[in-house]
Amino acid sequence: MAEAISKTPEAGAPKRAPAGRPAGKRRRKLAGIFDPIEPRTYMIIALLSFAVLFFGWWVAAEIDLAKDIFLPSPADVWNRGVELAKDGTLWADVKVSFVRITIGFLISTAIALPIGIAIGTYRLAEAAIEPPVDFIRYMPAVAFLPLTIVWVGVDESQKWLIIFIGTFFQQVLLVMDNVKRVPREYVDISHTLGMRDHSVLRKVVLPAAAPAIWDTLRITLGWAWTWLVIAELVAASDGLGHRIIVAQRYFQTDTIFVGILVIGLLGLIMDQIMKYTGKRIFRWAE
Amino acid sequence: MSEAKLSVSGVRKVFEGRAGEVVALDGVDFEIAEKEFVTVIGTSGCGKSTMLSIIAGLEEESEGEVLVNGEPVHGPGRDRGVVFQSYTLFPWMTAQKNVEFALHGTKGERADIAREHLELVGLEGFADAYPSQLSGGMRQRIAIARALSYKPEVLLMDEPFGALDAQTRQLMQELLTRIWEEHRLTVMFVTHDIDEAVFLSDRVLVMTARPGRIKEDIRVGVERPRTFEVLSTPEFFEYKSRLLEAVREESLKTATEQLAVR
Repeated sequence: MAEAISKTPEAGAPKRAPAGRPAGKRRRKLAGIFDPIEPRTYMIIALLSFAVLFFGWWVAAEIDLAKDIFLPSPADVWNRGVELAKDGTLWADVKVSFVRITIGFLISTAIALPIGIAIGTYRLAEAAIEPPVDFIRYMPAVAFLPLTIVWVGVDESQKWLIIFIGTFFQQVLLVMDNVKRVPREYVDISHTLGMRDHSVLRKVVLPAAAPAIWDTLRITLGWAWTWLVIAELVAASDGLGHRIIVAQRYFQTDTIFVGILVIGLLGLIMDQIMKYTGKRIFRWAE
Repeated sequence: MSEAKLSVSGVRKVFEGRAGEVVALDGVDFEIAEKEFVTVIGTSGCGKSTMLSIIAGLEEESEGEVLVNGEPVHGPGRDRGVVFQSYTLFPWMTAQKNVEFALHGTKGERADIAREHLELVGLEGFADAYPSQLSGGMRQRIAIARALSYKPEVLLMDEPFGALDAQTRQLMQELLTRIWEEHRLTVMFVTHDIDEAVFLSDRVLVMTARPGRIKEDIRVGVERPRTFEVLSTPEFFEYKSRLLEAVREESLKTATEQLAVR
C-alpha cells in the first residue's frame, strides 16, 4: 500500500509527510472507528474476556467476598451440575423446558408469519391489525401471568400461552418490517413480467424477505427463553425455571447457578444452530 | 399515426403532495416508430422517469393516453420490457434462473432461450453466478438479457447505466448499440447524460423542466454502425452542443426557481 503510493507521485503536488513520522510508514491503528481487526485477534480477545469473568468469579469466591450461600465457587457449581446430570434431574428439566419453548415458539411463529406478511404487504391489513398489535406489544407479558392462570390453569398450555404473549406481538411487527423492506423494484419488475399479485407475493416478496425473517425468528427465539423461565418460575412442577425457584427455597445457590448457566448455554446453542442453518439456506444473501 | 409502435398523447400527471398538487407532466405528446431508438432527456425532476413508469403501466396517468400498437395501456404487461437503474435481479437466483424467471409460460425450452440471451450480452460464462458475485455492469447486462428474453414490443430503459462508473457505462452503451443494430428493437431510453443520448439514439426528445413536456425533438443523423470513435467526430459534437443548450436552458429555469423560493 505504502509502496503503491510512493510509486505514483502526484505531478506538481508538493509531498507532505505527517510531522514527526517518516513518510510512507504509517503505523497501523488498532482502534479507529469501524477499523477491522483480524479474526484471530477477535477470538483471542473474546476468550480472554470470558477468562477474566470466570477468574473474577473464582477469586471472589476464594477470598470469601460473600458467604458460600450467596456466591458459590465455580468448583461447587460444577460439582452440583455433575451431580444433577448424573441423577438425571438436569436432563429431565432440560427436556421439559425444551419441549415447552419449542411448542410455544412454534405456535407463535405459525400464527405470526402469515399475519406479519399480510400486514407488511397490504396496507388495508396493516391499518386493521398493526395499531392494536403495537398497543398490546407494550403491555408487559409478565403482567398477563395471573390472567393466564385464571384462563387456562397451570398446565402446559399456560406456559405456551405466556411464551406466545411475549413473542407473538413482537414477531408480527418484526416480520411486517422485514417484508416492507423488500425493494419496491422487485415488485415492479415482476409486474412488468406479467405476474399477478399473488404470485409476486409467493415467488418474489417471500423469498426476498426470507433471510430477514429468519433473523427475526432467531432473535425472538432468544426472547422466548425469558418468557419460558418466567412461566416456570411462577407456576410449574418441573423444568429449569422450576428447579431454580425450588433451589431458592432451600438456599441451594449452586443449583440456581447451574440452572442459569444451563439456560444461557441452551440459548446460545439454539442461536448458533439457527445462525448456521440460516447461513446454509440463504447463501445468496452473503 | 397508426404506424407508431408507441404513442403518447396529452399525458398529464398530477401528484398530491403535502404542499398541494404538483404537476409532474403537462401534456406530453410523442410517438416512437417501430424499430426506432428514442431517448428522452431532461434535467432531474422533469418527470422523465414518471413518464416511463406510466408507459410501463406502473403508474397511472391523470389525463391522456398511452398506446402500444394502437392498443391503450392498462397496467404493466409483457408487451413492454423494463430495465431500471437500480439492480433488480433477484439475489436468490442465479443469472440463468433470473432470465428463465421472465420466461414463465413461454413455449420452447426456457433454459435454452435464457442461455441464448446471456450469450447476447456476453455473459454465457456466468450463468450459474449469483448477482452478489457479479459487478454492477454485469448485473445490468443480465437485466437487459431478461428484458429482451421474452421479446417485448417495446423496451423501456430508465437510466439503466446511471449507477455505473464512466468506463463501464461507455462499454455498456457500445454493447447496447451493437445489440440494437443487430436486432433492431423499439426502445425508449431515459437518461440525463447527453453523450449517452446522442451515441445511442435515432431521435432525442428533450423535456422541459417541471411540469414536463416535450420541448424539442431532434433526429440524430450520426451514421451507424456506431462505435466509440463517433464520440470524437465533429458531427457528434454538433448534436451534443445543441442538446446541451436545450437542456441547460431548462436546468437554469429550475435553478432560478429554486433560488427564488429561498
